Amino acid sequence: MDSDLIVQILFAAVKTGTPLLFIALGEVICEKSGVLNLGQEGMMLMGAVVGFLAAYGTGSAGLGVLAAMLMGCVMSLIFAVLVLHLGANQVATGLALTIFGTGLSAFIGSGVVGQTIQGFQPIAVPLLSDIPFIGKILFSHDILVYSSFVMTFVLMFVVNKTRIGLTLKAVGENPHAANAIGIKVLRVRYLAVMFGGVMAGISGAYMSLVYTPMWVENMTAGRGWIALALVVFASWRVGRIMLGAYLFGLASIMHLVLQGLGWSISPNLLAMLPYVATVVVMVIISADKFKEKLLAPRALGKPFDPRQMA
Amino acid sequence: MIRIQARTEPSSIMKVVSPLLAITLTLIFGCILFSAIGKSPTQALHVLLIAPLADSYNIGEMFVKMGPLLLCAVGLSLCYRANMWNIGAEGQLLAGALGGSAMALYFIDSESAFSLPITLLAGIISGMLWAAIPTFLKLRFNSNLILTTIMFNYIALYLLIWAVHGPLRDPQGFGFPESAMFADSTLLPTLFESSRIHLGIVFAIVSAFIAWFILSKSHLGFQIRVFGSDEPAARYAGFSSKKLSWFVMLFAGALAGLAGVSETTGPIGQLVPNVSPGYGYSAIIVAYLGRLHPLGAILAAVFMAVLYMGGDLAQIEMGIPVAVVSMFQGVLLFFLLACDFFINNRLAFSNQATN
Repeated sequence: MDSDLIVQILFAAVKTGTPLLFIALGEVICEKSGVLNLGQEGMMLMGAVVGFLAAYGTGSAGLGVLAAMLMGCVMSLIFAVLVLHLGANQVATGLALTIFGTGLSAFIGSGVVGQTIQGFQPIAVPLLSDIPFIGKILFSHDILVYSSFVMTFVLMFVVNKTRIGLTLKAVGENPHAANAIGIKVLRVRYLAVMFGGVMAGISGAYMSLVYTPMWVENMTAGRGWIALALVVFASWRVGRIMLGAYLFGLASIMHLVLQGLGWSISPNLLAMLPYVATVVVMVIISADKFKEKLLAPRALGKPFDPRQMA
Repeated sequence: MIRIQARTEPSSIMKVVSPLLAITLTLIFGCILFSAIGKSPTQALHVLLIAPLADSYNIGEMFVKMGPLLLCAVGLSLCYRANMWNIGAEGQLLAGALGGSAMALYFIDSESAFSLPITLLAGIISGMLWAAIPTFLKLRFNSNLILTTIMFNYIALYLLIWAVHGPLRDPQGFGFPESAMFADSTLLPTLFESSRIHLGIVFAIVSAFIAWFILSKSHLGFQIRVFGSDEPAARYAGFSSKKLSWFVMLFAGALAGLAGVSETTGPIGQLVPNVSPGYGYSAIIVAYLGRLHPLGAILAAVFMAVLYMGGDLAQIEMGIPVAVVSMFQGVLLFFLLACDFFINNRLAFSNQATN
């Protein structure tokens, strides 16, 4: 295998990993506030279809992304109201969101299946893209990939170094204590869930505006679920999510690698790889019970009812 | 002024009223949606609710769809009661269809009376196996059951697609990704002339009663109920969580596998890539709508099957995309979860705010 092929594979791994990076960054913030949103797949699909429709209608991919962000946010609000205000079970509500989003996206997108649009074009970053290997792999992508880099570093800073990050973690670790020192627990959780929705929206838009670029029913193919596993893989640490996203990206384009090595395996068997990889990774990460208990936000998935305080 | 007040005890009336209220609200939502896209709401309601039950052929088709929904939902009800978040009924169903079909193709030249029972058994065992792997990974390696069962749904789907493109493809099938048609000896008998209703619906209803019996009359069921409602108490009583987890997961896997093999040996008669229009996912909603009660699941499965039929008819008669079904399912679960709020809370009308 020559070095050109390796560069191409790693370039593709970054591109394939980017939607996972966006959605997992959103989910990790949501989970850090103590809320488990299993509706990722539904929000992502809605982002993909609305982003595509908006870009198709206006001719502007940028407006498409904005519309997708808004849609993701609206979807997450349905979840937030049910879970945070009405105390509904987080698992069931998340599943409902995914089923709803799958159906609604197929419904409103049925008219544009197979249409193509002009998505984002790659922009080589001056200077940086001239670095051998790294330049081609990291700095000759489109604007959304670069924003995912920036987003990762901003979130690392916010979560680890600022008061906002501290508040977020307090709410996810011990909402009662956070409430006692005057933090509005539900408000923080609302914002965290909405942030997750916005990121899922962008992630969906990346799929329909850059990755394919077109709209097909169910086009996210379980990426919303893989993102949830990615958060576990990253032990709820923002920086590791980036690494994990590209590793998962690599797993999903493994068929290119194997073709490069001259193997011939049925594409349908290779299509299982990302899902099998997800299971294997989760088994390895979770096997250490003590470690996972230490790393997961302690109030994850547990409802908080301010009325029971006071 | 209206306030929300916590009830001192959960309302048992609301537990029953809530699903009915949720169904009503979903229908209202449907009417609004259909008016919004320029269709007549009364016609939409007719297509969704009345037409599926209007003639004997449609009623038959309703029962055909109800079978797999109910089989999966009964198993899931038990799982969720025991706090095992099995989202993998779809994969277990597909595994059952795949394993059962491999056996049916083995018996393709046989006229033995044993071919059908062995084929069904192969489907059941395949479904159990598909449920056993995530269960083992959870109990042994503490991995997240929701995510592993979801991943196994995707893996089962690609395995099935691979099989119909490869080892199980009909050699005389002009390269279509389908198996050969099964021999008559491995087809489920139909119950009536001129209808596709087959033995699968009987399996489903019998399984619901068996599950109900286990849950309400046996010691095992008692343990499941205690586990679901008060885990520390169950541990204190010395109930083995591992044993219960294995039981509910294998039971659910067996029923989902039976659903899968009943589809391929029943209405389909061969293995095709799209065995299930998402029955395993819809069964989650059926289980909730039936209040995680096996007999409640029977009523909920009827409603869900009508909705599936209505979706098909809406596509044929009104040109509405069939995806509308899964959207309604999501909305239904939203409304159900929202209405369930009033099981533990109520609205209080008063002039003064008291604390």
